[in-house]
Amino acid sequence: MSMVPTLLSVEGLTKSYGGVHAVRGVSFELRAGEILALIGPNGAGKSTCFDMLNGQNIPDSGRIRVLGAETTGKKPRVIWRMGVGRTFQIAATFPTMTVRENVQVALVSHGAQLFNLWASTARQARDEAGRLLDLVGMGAYAERPCGELAYGDVKRLELAIALANQPKLLLMDEPTAGMAPRERVELMRLTARIAREQSIGVLFTEHDMDVVFEHADRILVLNRGTLIAEGSPEEVRGNAQVRAIYLGEGLLYDARHREGASA
Amino acid sequence: MAFYVVQFLTGLASAASLFLVASGLSIIFGVTRIVNFAHGAFYMLGAYVAFTLTDRFSGAFGFWGGIVIAALVVAAIGVLVEMVLLRRIYHSPELFQLLATFGLTLMVEDLVVLIWGPDDLVGRRAPGFKGAIDFFGQNIPSYDLFLIALGPVVLGVLWLLFQRTRWGVLVRAATQDRDMVAALGVNQKWLFTSVFALGVFLAALGGALQIPRDAVNHAMDLRVIVEVFVVVVIGGLGSIIGAFVAAVLVSELNAFGILIFPKISIILVFLVMAVVLIVRPWGLFGKPEAPARRTPGLTVNPWRPLTTNERLAAIAVLVVAAALPFVAGNYVLTVGSEIAIFVIFAVSLHFLMSVGGLASFGHAAYFGLGAYGVALLAKMAGLPMIACLLLGPLLGLLGAAVFGFFAVQLSGVYFAMLTLAFAQIVWSIAFQWVSVTGGDNGILGVWPEKWAASPSHFYWLSLGIAALAVVVLRIIVFSPFGFALRATRDSPLRSEAIGINGKRIQWTAFVIAGTVAGLAGALFAYLKGSVFPDNMGISLSVDALVMVLLGGVETVSGAVVGAIVYKALNIWLVSQTDLSKLVLGGFVVLIVVAFPKGIVGTLEAFMHRRRKSSSSASSPLLTSRIESAE
Amino acid sequence: MRGYFVGAGLAIAVATMATGAMTTQASAQSEIKIGEINSYSLLPAFTEPYRKGWQLAVEEINAAGGINGKKLVVISKDDGGKPADAQTAANELVSSENVAMLTGTFLSNIGLAVSDFANQKKVFFLAAEPLTDAITWSKGNRYTFRLRPSNYIQAAMLVEEAAKLPAKRWATIAPNYEYGQSAVTVFKKLMSEKRPDIQWVDEQWPPQGKIDAGPVVQATAAANPEAILNVTFGADLVKLVREGNTRGLFKGRTVVSFLTGEPEYLDPLKDETPEGWIVTGYPWYSIKTPEHDAFLKAYQAKYNDYPRLGSIVGYQTIKAAAAILAKAGSSDPEKLIAAAEGISMPSPFGEITFRKIDHQSTLGAFTGKTALKDGKGIMVDTAYRKGSDYLPSDAEIEKLRPKD
Repeated sequence: MSMVPTLLSVEGLTKSYGGVHAVRGVSFELRAGEILALIGPNGAGKSTCFDMLNGQNIPDSGRIRVLGAETTGKKPRVIWRMGVGRTFQIAATFPTMTVRENVQVALVSHGAQLFNLWASTARQARDEAGRLLDLVGMGAYAERPCGELAYGDVKRLELAIALANQPKLLLMDEPTAGMAPRERVELMRLTARIAREQSIGVLFTEHDMDVVFEHADRILVLNRGTLIAEGSPEEVRGNAQVRAIYLGEGLLYDARHREGASA
Repeated sequence: MAFYVVQFLTGLASAASLFLVASGLSIIFGVTRIVNFAHGAFYMLGAYVAFTLTDRFSGAFGFWGGIVIAALVVAAIGVLVEMVLLRRIYHSPELFQLLATFGLTLMVEDLVVLIWGPDDLVGRRAPGFKGAIDFFGQNIPSYDLFLIALGPVVLGVLWLLFQRTRWGVLVRAATQDRDMVAALGVNQKWLFTSVFALGVFLAALGGALQIPRDAVNHAMDLRVIVEVFVVVVIGGLGSIIGAFVAAVLVSELNAFGILIFPKISIILVFLVMAVVLIVRPWGLFGKPEAPARRTPGLTVNPWRPLTTNERLAAIAVLVVAAALPFVAGNYVLTVGSEIAIFVIFAVSLHFLMSVGGLASFGHAAYFGLGAYGVALLAKMAGLPMIACLLLGPLLGLLGAAVFGFFAVQLSGVYFAMLTLAFAQIVWSIAFQWVSVTGGDNGILGVWPEKWAASPSHFYWLSLGIAALAVVVLRIIVFSPFGFALRATRDSPLRSEAIGINGKRIQWTAFVIAGTVAGLAGALFAYLKGSVFPDNMGISLSVDALVMVLLGGVETVSGAVVGAIVYKALNIWLVSQTDLSKLVLGGFVVLIVVAFPKGIVGTLEAFMHRRRKSSSSASSPLLTSRIESAE
Repeated sequence: MRGYFVGAGLAIAVATMATGAMTTQASAQSEIKIGEINSYSLLPAFTEPYRKGWQLAVEEINAAGGINGKKLVVISKDDGGKPADAQTAANELVSSENVAMLTGTFLSNIGLAVSDFANQKKVFFLAAEPLTDAITWSKGNRYTFRLRPSNYIQAAMLVEEAAKLPAKRWATIAPNYEYGQSAVTVFKKLMSEKRPDIQWVDEQWPPQGKIDAGPVVQATAAANPEAILNVTFGADLVKLVREGNTRGLFKGRTVVSFLTGEPEYLDPLKDETPEGWIVTGYPWYSIKTPEHDAFLKAYQAKYNDYPRLGSIVGYQTIKAAAAILAKAGSSDPEKLIAAAEGISMPSPFGEITFRKIDHQSTLGAFTGKTALKDGKGIMVDTAYRKGSDYLPSDAEIEKLRPKD
């Protein structure tokens, strides 16, 4: 593993609101091709942490670097241009466009053509959009209006959009929220496959422990803003502190029969 | 010193009425998300009805009873309007309610003249409050003191109503999250109706209380509505405390502004509103709004460029339109030119509204800037017409670049209000800066040169530029930039996450729209041979909005049709009847209720349905089912 | 698709315009048509009596055999208070209705817009009401004539009285647009010429139609003037008077006021009419001349209502138009101009002349003082002043007016 370059490095990330520490001194690293899950009970600071990584929130202190380049406090659109793709808890796509156009916009942006007032978008990056859609299994839906898609398909479309800038790092905020159990497995398998094939690092937060323990290479556990455990699924599962927290929350993280919370 | 105290108290008295009307508007907006343009009309109706009642019934009881009954009567009219009209259009695209209430306002303006006659009416003085009280040698009207006391009392009553009653709690909940209230199983219909009734009651009460100090007339509504919008926006939409503080602020600005800047007191409040919106986009007491609700009617049929056949048809129709000079006389051609110019103006706003999702309430500013650009270049620099037509719109571009930069930092109603404020500022400059703009008397003698002077030539020029503008804007819609703009409109979150700088994209769109509007204004100056401040007035901005909504805000080029229908109808009605506002208002209301998608939107939906049903009719499954049924 | 709609829309427009044009062509031979434009929907308080006035004139003219044997028809259009719409209407009247001349307009900017249109399209225009001096002077043109006494004339009439007052400290209150500004400028200029000793201590410029009367009154009072010039009218005037009365602004101060004696503006004040203001206006109840009696009788018989100044303006506009058309014997604009320059005619206010030098009629106005009678405002101590007595010298006008 140590030969694989460090993709994301987070050092001493801290954020507080009115004296309350939402995130305190969080540090971790993520390597290319690795799938890392960020978990923790409600209010543990997952979202704050995640938002600081993708630029929607500015940390009080600490550093975030992607492939050695500083992204701390940069705007989401700048971080995206540094090779970070992302998906949202509630999928964010463009409902008034076709599926293909959704991906084309991202490709056009990646190609720095946004202020081109004259060309026809329809001809821009058409094939590449098709390839990305094929990759996520949405090729057959390319000409469908996005607003008519089932939610699972919207999620897959969002993944295709997120891949448009050939990202090195993919940030996924609760990728399976709101999906049926079978779709969750499919989406995560798809994500894992793409990550391995293209050597993309993936960081995701998740409520559904089934998803976490099945797909994560490594797990970070946050509680009250601090990192309390880090390691492989087995290590985390065996961690007494983690157990205590989740039991205290009344949630069994390894309860396989549990219906995932839809957040 | 006593003078300043009295001046302050006088400001407070004006604030009371303003607060009543503004709080009503704010409450209605908070719960129903309707920007009630007719609020001024209800205010005016309150004054008219109160005039009649207090005139009819004598004595103190007759006066105060008349005031309250007038407000109740108008509130009942409000309920009727809500149930008959607004209930049908709550789910129409955003701003459609504004269009409907605008139509209503037009109708009321003509109706009050029909009912109460054209004269200014002077109502009774309030019994017991006729004189003035001496304050260190300064006189304070006792009625002012009454109003000063009334403001906080009404504020208190509203506060109790919202804090201490179940109804109030529901209203507050609805203001914060409408879906939640629906989920609670509350009868939303009646909640909306009652809120609307309360809002209208307050407006009418505000109007009725004016009769001892004002002259009741048919222009009261517009006078108050703009000021009320300003108050509500400064205070923060949905905030009653905000409305109160802003009403005091605006009234004191008026009271003291005339001492310091007697000549620019009209723009003072707009300057303050612009500053407040730039510094605190949600008003002094407003809360940042959750991202605007997804417009329920938002089309799911993605836009597409015209097919080859459609293109040929469009060209054919353009050729037919270009043949008009061979069959029509000069008047028709001049009207044709005017319509073509308004097509340009409307499509420029349509571009901003429907592609960019930015509904500007002050788009006429850029139209007017283009017109003034031409007039100044032609009259002062003596440039030839072609040069003026090319350079004049640059003034629109410049204005749009400066104002647009600030405006696109906001969205939704706040964007609309900031653009309105900017337009008012520009209008005031044209109105006040007499040495350059000629003030109200405008700039005259901006007539086209010989080659374009004949009505047919000017018509071809206007038609050609209109066609060009429509084509160019369509090309931009389908360009990468157009997609980026739509992406920003559809999902600011996602577009930011794919590297799109939404503000810059929107700013660019604003500048494009402003420049095209400036081009329309430039042509307009030559068509009319003159420019006037009302080339950038509120009513022109509203006209453009109506054209866009009429055509269909969810379409690519619906504004073309909206502009033609509205302008042709307007010119025709104004020429045929003195009650043009009544008829036009009625037409607008009818269109809103019958065709909430606009004319083109409705046609498109119809075609889409037909295409769908015809394709499913030919599907083998359906055919076999029909066969088996036989 | 878009082009299709452009065409369809234009087709609708064409169809409607064409039907309008056709119906009016039928009896063109035996008629003379005048096109009339005014702000009917915006300013009904003035334009309703005005309309009644010109309708009476049309009736009288046709009852007397028309113009050179042809029936007079007035085609009237509303401009909604917008200069651009006024031009559209003017264009329709000229291009579609083939009117012999244009008349009307109330607001100064609309008068100027139509005047400029007339100059460009070479159409005769008789402006009825607009008061701006520009229409006959700085922006005057050979196609435009004006009936009403201008701002300058009204100011000069008022100055004559105002200069006699002992007051030295003056304040002004005027609506903040061209009319108000030029009224104040002219008044100040003429006044200062006659009375170099006076001081201008305060000026208030409330926005037209939006006066915040309380603060304005208070601010004016704070400057402690001895006399006040008022130019506001309509609803603004009502508010100003009410606040001024309550706050005692007018106590011990003389007010000189433009147009306030006109019934349009005086009548709404009812029992709150301030007394002793020096005003220009129209005291229809106290004019005892045969010409006016005849007009008054005819007007009251037809409408069962008393005339406002607008009635006089409307009436005399059409009477003047008819006189010019009759004298010209043609609808050719050049012949109309030739006929109009220097033409004299009777009016309810006595004989008037359209001056050749600046196309201004010599119609005058009444000055007087406001008073209360039976709970209503009236003018007393009235005197009719001829417009011709208050105009600057020909040499000055030559300087002001652009050469044709």
